[in-house]
This record gives sequence, structure tokens and C-alpha cells, in this order.
Amino acid sequence: MSDSVKGPTTSRRQFLAGAASVGAGALAAGSAKAAGDPLITEVQDWASGLGDGVDEVPYGLPIEFESDVVRRNVPWLTADPISSINFTPIHALDGTITPQGCAFERHHSGAIEMRKQDYRLMINGLVDTPLVFSYDDLVRFPRENHVYFCECAANTGMEWAGAQLNGAQFTHGMIHNMEYSGVSLRTILQEAGLDAAGDLKDKWVYVEGADASSNGRSIPMEKALDDCLVAFAANGEALRKEHGYPVRLVVPGWEGNMWIKWLRRIEVTDAPVESREETSKYTDTQEDGTSRKWTWEMDAKSVVTSPSPQSPIKHGPGPLVITGLAWSGRGAIKRVDVSLDGGKNWHEARLAAPGDKMAVSRFYLDINWDGTDMLLQSRAIDDTGYVQPTKTQLRHVRGLNSIYHNNCIQTWWVKSSGEAENVEVS
Amino acid sequence: MSKSLNLYIGGGLATAALLTVAANFADRNISEMPSQPAVMTAGMSNPDTLFIAAANAAPEHVGVFGLGRVALPEEVSAWDLDISPDGTGLPSGQGSVLDGEELFSSYCAVCHGEFAEGVGNWPKLSGGEDTLADDDPLKTVGSYWPYLSTTFDYVRRSMPFGNAQSLTDDEVYAIVAYILYSNYLVDEDFVLNSDNFLDVDMPNSDGFIVDDRAEAEYPIWSLEPCMSDCKESVEITMRAAVLDVTPEETRARQIQNMIDATNPNSVSSSSSSSSSRTGQTTVVTTVVSTSSNAEETAPVDAELAGTGEKVFKKCKSCHQVGDGAKNRTGPHLNALVGRSLGSVEGFKYSKTLTDMGTSGTVWNDETLAAFLANPKAYAKGTKMSFAGLRKESDVTAVIEYLRSFSR
Repeated sequence: MSDSVKGPTTSRRQFLAGAASVGAGALAAGSAKAAGDPLITEVQDWASGLGDGVDEVPYGLPIEFESDVVRRNVPWLTADPISSINFTPIHALDGTITPQGCAFERHHSGAIEMRKQDYRLMINGLVDTPLVFSYDDLVRFPRENHVYFCECAANTGMEWAGAQLNGAQFTHGMIHNMEYSGVSLRTILQEAGLDAAGDLKDKWVYVEGADASSNGRSIPMEKALDDCLVAFAANGEALRKEHGYPVRLVVPGWEGNMWIKWLRRIEVTDAPVESREETSKYTDTQEDGTSRKWTWEMDAKSVVTSPSPQSPIKHGPGPLVITGLAWSGRGAIKRVDVSLDGGKNWHEARLAAPGDKMAVSRFYLDINWDGTDMLLQSRAIDDTGYVQPTKTQLRHVRGLNSIYHNNCIQTWWVKSSGEAENVEVS
Repeated sequence: MSKSLNLYIGGGLATAALLTVAANFADRNISEMPSQPAVMTAGMSNPDTLFIAAANAAPEHVGVFGLGRVALPEEVSAWDLDISPDGTGLPSGQGSVLDGEELFSSYCAVCHGEFAEGVGNWPKLSGGEDTLADDDPLKTVGSYWPYLSTTFDYVRRSMPFGNAQSLTDDEVYAIVAYILYSNYLVDEDFVLNSDNFLDVDMPNSDGFIVDDRAEAEYPIWSLEPCMSDCKESVEITMRAAVLDVTPEETRARQIQNMIDATNPNSVSSSSSSSSSRTGQTTVVTTVVSTSSNAEETAPVDAELAGTGEKVFKKCKSCHQVGDGAKNRTGPHLNALVGRSLGSVEGFKYSKTLTDMGTSGTVWNDETLAAFLANPKAYAKGTKMSFAGLRKESDVTAVIEYLRSFSR
């Protein structure tokens, strides 16, 4: 047992007794029978025969034993899977980078297929020279690399009214975290020239995609000139079709709907366009019926990804790794606290690495589980000092009718069997 | 003109010079980026770049890097379609509620309902007035949308679903007029046009405030948090298991089936009994192996059906076919060939298709080809908003694909 194991102290004797009582059922690696473990004592096929050659799989998918680590959708949520969303299997991932192949998708008119040679990016409006770029033009601008999370504003939205979905994938899976390569939006704007825009303070940039939904959003010029990226690669390779191949916009820390996929046009304007996606959707109705608009930043949030309903404890009492993700659209994660008793007492978790701005942090709390029920919670604190609120606190300010921007503290009821359930607590 | 020619030659020389350097000092770092924009405009050997350059003979673009080219006015007007609340970008034109009602019935009602009341989970466009402060607010164009420009812009650029940008501006005016009418915001003899557009009052235009979280929330939640004995007791107040709406995890099984199906060894052993498999790749295989048993229809051309499967992507937003296919925006297409028009149970067809079916018209190569080439011409009044397949080869292929599900 490592020295780093913290939490409720259990003597080594107690731990061993606990382990023995579940050992038989759990088929622990060390369950030495009289004749020894046949996986060790007998020569296995893989130790005798041959595996695949290097020409077998030019581009690999995860091994078949991981075939349950996939995006899933919730069919009742939307009218049609083409204008819908699916969820990242965060309960089954570790580290911080989300593999593209299981990173959540949200389309309004389906994931379109566009070749790089058919790609055009137009910049027009209040610019000195309206321009058109080909894909080949874009990749000749100086590039940047950054890791950012992308979270749909509706992540956890189904949980406003009450605990609904049993799994971190479904409650918190509208998020991914990737390393993007691309050109700063500032560079593109400067290439077209902003003298024609005059005072940039009250100017906007309207960005739209090439798909039939024509998803378009207005972004204040200040943000556009700050850290937005016109990205063509994620995690070292071309973007996937479902994430906007060949080019998408990256708007660090801001709601995913603004990260326009298949980016085709950037228009400098003197006022927001007030498109469908920034009026009828992605606005937050408060208790009195008025609605907040322009709620762009994603506030600090965290969730325990394991144990959780889809990732129960299978090993019985003893050493247990509690882990999860934390992020903030307003800065870097500074600290994450974990509670085992529904928010009564908190323990500071260990961040796997110091938090990065607008990127996901991985946290761990290594405990010695005594096998009793837990009400697991996590609470993120970002470098602005913002502390992730409880669901009760959020409802107190916003009422019950919000959909978007639910960053409440999540509770998993972990039972003595190791199974977990999504619950709300007082 | 002569200037750009010089630049091109200059760039070519610079590239040649760089290559020489590369050859001479291959083991040194020579990857430093040329700093002059003049050098950076060179290298137009890519045919795609040449095409872009050729499209723009006249205006010159200097910029910082000299990348890209000047957008032509006709290109800007083709893409710059957004409309602002003050009416900027609104095209000229007009449309009446009456015309809108007919258009809405043809193009929109299949999802949004004849009265814009919504079908199933599709958006409701009317109703919900004074519900925004209720427990379950109904947000529609009438009750929630603050600007009429947004409605026009969205219908014009993104609707109908699966056939966007197919409506004329006058048709958009008419449909928007009908949506207003369905919300009791205009009378039935109303005609919407570019002149009276801004006069329409949207009920919730004052219903929005700019994000105030910085004042309303951040101070409350920026205090040093409690670490121990933060509350006296903790009770579970709600459990997700009670609602039990979590979807079953069937995807993993489907993927496993697909892996089995695409494995050549397992296909041969399972092709005779693989009717339950859903993997797309197996469809054609299954058909080939069972075609000899089918007596009334000719064998399916697997290759052509494969091509048809790709064409069918255009249809997929509304139609399902294959195992477990259900009616969606359009009816399911299993066992299509040989059945009467308008005959899938539970699907609400246009009167035209139902009448054609009851009078004995059956879907076959001929009727399908005519319908798919020009749906509205073949069956005037059909609800299918799809404009038709332009290529005859696409029509033939997609029919072959559908035939593979028709035995």
C-alpha cells in the first residue's frame, strides 16, 4: 500500500481482513489457488503463437475489449438523432485529453462531409478587404497549440429539475478536452484589416458554419482578438468529421455552441446578429420569466467520474481511487475538494497536474474504503476564487426553469455493494 | 499586374535558393520562416490555389501575410445572408398569411404541425404566451423569440430540415407571416413585407437581460468554502432510479455485432441467419446470399446497392430503412418495392399519395424513378420536401439499395 493513500485510516490488519472477505468473488489477481493461477502456470496462446503484423491495422481503433467505451445518446432527449447530441464516456476515461473518436458530438443538421479542397473561409463586413481563404491558405499562417475544454451549455441540463440520468456520461458527458492546432482568429482578422471597423470596443464578430443549420453566433471583438483559434487539428491529427472537419472555431472557456464547426464565414459587425442560437436557444430563463442572454462563460464545475453509476466499485473494501474532472471557463482549476458524506466534510483532492486555463484538470482522492455507503461529491475552485455551487444554491438564484449552465455539485450514492446511483441530497 | 508577376518570379527564385541551401546544409536547421510577405505569396503550384487566384483577376490583396484573395461581391452576397434585428440584410419581397398556410402545410407541418403546434419532440412554434414564469415554460416564436429578424433569418437559411435554402424570399415571408398568424400576432389577411417587417411587435422583446452572473452570483460563490461539519445531517431527497430514464447500453452490443459482421470469417458463417444484424456492411452481403431464394424479384446488384447506400444519405434525415426502421419525418422504407403508395400504417401521408395507393399504384422501379427524380411533379401535394435526385444513376442506385430491403 502506497504512502500516498489518504482518507479514513484503517489498519493494515483490517484492510487485509476486508480484502479476504471479497477476494473470492472479486477474482483478484493474486487469488492463488492450490495449483496456482492457470494464467500464470499454463502457457497461454499469446505466449506461444503470433500476434498481428504491422500491416494489419493502418489506423487503429481501441481493442475490442473496450468496445463499451463509446459515445452514447439519449433518444428521448431530441426529436431526431440528426439534430441531437451524444455524450463522452467520461466514466471510463482517465487523464485529461479526450480521444476524438469518443468525444461528444452535437449537430443541428448532421455531421457533414467536406473535403479540404472544397473548403472556403470568407471574412467580410467591417474589414478593410473582404477575403477568401482556401484550406491551403489557412495552414500557411503562423500556428499555435493549446489544450482547451469544450462544454455544451446544456451539459447537466437534464438535472435541473431533479436527479434524472444514472451515469456521469449522461449527466456530465457533453464535454471534451483536446489539444488544438490552428491559427489565431486575431491573425485572420488582421489579415483582412480592422481599420474599417473603427473603434473595436463595441464591435462584434459573427461566425457561421457551412452546414445546413447555418449555426451562427456573435462574439464580442474583445474575445475574438484575445484567444479564439481557427483550428484544423485536434490531438495531433485532423479534426474528425463530427467535430467540424476540416476547420472549426475554438472559443476557449465559452459554451460549445459558439465553437462553430465547418467554419465558413467571419463577419465583423457593429452589433450582434441575434441569431436563433443566441436568442431562442442558449439563453437562461430565470424564475420571474426574464431570460439572461450572452451567458457565454462556462463556470467552474467538476464531477467524480469513478466510482459512479456506470463505473461501480468491483473490488470491495480497501484501497479505492476516487477520480474525476474539473474545469472552469474563467481560468484554471486551483483546487478540488471531495466529500464522502454528501457535503458535510470535505477533503482536498490531489490534482494530477497544476490547472491550465480553460482546460480540464484530473483529480484523485486515494482512500481506504471501509465498505460503507458514501455520498460522493466534488467541488471545484478556480483561480478567480469561484467555488462550484450546490444545486440548491443555483436554484435559489435561478429558479427551476433553466436548462443551460447547470454547474452544480453532483452527488453519487455509492452503496456497500459498490453500485452507485445519481441522487440529490439535502 | 506586372508587380504580382514579379512577386511570383521572385518567390520562385527564393524557393530555389532555399532548396539549394537545404541541399548544402541538410544537417543544419534551415527551417526558419521567410519573414517577407512578398516571399510568402509565392508557391501557387497547387491547382486549387491557382483556381482561386484565377477567380480574382482584378482586386489586389496585400494584408499582413498576403494570404487568401479578395472576396468578390457576388460571393459575399451569396453567403452573407444574416439579418439583424434592425432589418439589416432583409431582402425585398412579400408573403401573405394565406400563402404561408399552404407552404407551411407542405414544407413545415410534417415536423411542426399544421398549426405550428409541433409534432412529437419537434419544436413548437406557436402558443406558450405568458408561460415563461411558469413551472414548465413553453418557448415559441410567439412567446419567447425577441426579434422577428431571427425567425426570417433561420427559416431562410436553415429550413426546411433536410432541404435548407430551397425557399424563395417571398416564400419565407409567407411562412413567417403564417407563424405570426399561428401565434395570434397578425390577422389572416396580413401580408408581411420588407416595409412593415419592423412594425411587428414581438411579445417577449423586452424579456431578456444581459448576463449578470458577475454581480448576481460570483460574489456569493467566491467565499472560502467550509471544510468540516458543514451541515448537521444529510438526507437523500431524490433518486434517479425512481425516474429510470437512463437509456440501455445497447451501443456496445451493436458495435460488437458490426465487428463480427465485418470480420470475413464470421460473415460467411452468419450470412444465412444474419437478418437481425444491423451493420450497414452486412446488408448487401445478406442480400446476395439470400437472393437465390427470392422468386418474385430479380437478384439485387450488390455493388449498385452499395452505391445506393451512399446516395441514401440524402434521404436518411427523414427515412429509416433496415432492421428496426421506424416512421420518422418520412415513413420507413422496408418492403417498399411492391407495396401500394401511401400504405405504411401509422404514417400520415398527403392525400395525394394515399389516393394514388388506393387507386392501385404500387412502388416499383418505374414509379420510384419518377417520384425520386421529381417528387412534386410525380405526386403533386406530397409532403416530402426533398427536391429530387438530379442524376439518373443516383436514382437507379438508390432504388437498388431499397430493393435490398424489400424481400
